[in-house]
Amino acid sequence: MIEVRRLVKTFGLKPVLRGVDFRAQPGEFVALLGPNGAGKTTMLRILATLSRPTMGEVRLAGYALPAQAASVRRLLGVVSHQPLLYGDLTAEENLRFYARMYGLIDGTGRAEEVLESVGLAARRRDLVRQFSRGMQQRLAIGRALLHDPQIMLFDEPYTGLDQDASAMLDEVLRRVAVAGRTVVMTSHDLPRAADLATRIDVLSRGVIAASLPQAEITPTGLIDLYRRVTHD
Amino acid sequence: MTSGAAPAAVVTRRGSGYLRAVGAVLWKDLAAELRSRELLSAMLVFALLVILVFNFALELDLATRQTVTSGVLWVTFAFAGTLGLNRSMAVERDRGCLDGLLLAPVDRSALYFGKALGNLAFMLIIEAIILPVYSILYNVNLFLPGLLGVVLLGSVGYAAVGTLLSSMAVQARTRDVLLPILLFPVVLPVLIPAVKATNAVLLGLEAAELWPWLNLLIAYDVIFTAVAFMLFDFVVEE
Repeated sequence: MIEVRRLVKTFGLKPVLRGVDFRAQPGEFVALLGPNGAGKTTMLRILATLSRPTMGEVRLAGYALPAQAASVRRLLGVVSHQPLLYGDLTAEENLRFYARMYGLIDGTGRAEEVLESVGLAARRRDLVRQFSRGMQQRLAIGRALLHDPQIMLFDEPYTGLDQDASAMLDEVLRRVAVAGRTVVMTSHDLPRAADLATRIDVLSRGVIAASLPQAEITPTGLIDLYRRVTHD
Repeated sequence: MTSGAAPAAVVTRRGSGYLRAVGAVLWKDLAAELRSRELLSAMLVFALLVILVFNFALELDLATRQTVTSGVLWVTFAFAGTLGLNRSMAVERDRGCLDGLLLAPVDRSALYFGKALGNLAFMLIIEAIILPVYSILYNVNLFLPGLLGVVLLGSVGYAAVGTLLSSMAVQARTRDVLLPILLFPVVLPVLIPAVKATNAVLLGLEAAELWPWLNLLIAYDVIFTAVAFMLFDFVVEE
């Protein structure tokens, strides 16, 4: 579903990704861990077609990036630590707007369905800028699921959430994964990643320095591995 | 909460939906502005202040009024327009909305045209308020079909190039300062014929003296729109 070979990304003279090889099979939930500045967000932005690779090969569902980016976007749902929602529109208006952008035939019906599913149906006519951070993140997930994408990309989705909102997001992520979607999530939260993911990759100094399938993940083992890989 | 469950059917329309995307972006900008009125009120207050200051500063005999009107009007529209352009793109920067737009499976030039039409609509609303106020303050009749045509053509060119450059400037930390520095040298080929054509209409000059400026204005509108159409994708991508 996702195939990345020798991916290089530089900003000016500064290399951020230095030849990343990465794969995710259909239905797989990959957590991408790494310290600040390791290149997690850069890699996710390239997968999301928001940034151009400097060198290397990136394919999503068989489509090559950046040449076939428009076809890839229809298959993608992206959630970042920013909600990507308009504060001066209501929750319902935001979803109806994105439904039009994705060309959904029954945009209004689908927006209602999604609002119901993320538990915001009662607040549908409230402005997004009046929402708490947790509610904005729930609506952001609803926005990303609106067109029923095959691939979901989550960029540090827990940033700024309290315990209750984080627990709610855990539940949402599990349901997203159960629906058979391929999920890539960047995070600093090792225990949570170990709990949710079917595979953990550690990105350090611009390369995938370690990869661990779920069967081999233990909370202490993961922390040891992470320390060893990122401090070497 | 049952989020994440695949819906029974999410049916999408066939085709690229270019016009639908343009319309959606335009609707979104108008609906958000209708609610907040942040952009229009800033533009309007600034524009009213400028024409009021000029009203007190200039000698208002008939000959002066005739000659300064085109300059005062376009200075007002250009600077008020910059405020609008800055705010219009700042809204996209807040909460990462620009990324939300760029993730949509539509040709990115559709996003440009949606934003440009929104910016043009805001400029035209301000101009529709400023022209009668100016007429009253300066006792000059501005409700001439030719003048309205020139204002429309000038605004189209300004919004075309302004939307492209504000998309570029919004990615910089110094965007508020950067936009006027980038915009005014580039938009001069629109502003000069607009001022000259406005002057020609107000002074009642012959068509032969007006048409070269109008032709220039139309040519620059077409060139700037075409260039923005081709470059927008590169401007917004990292």
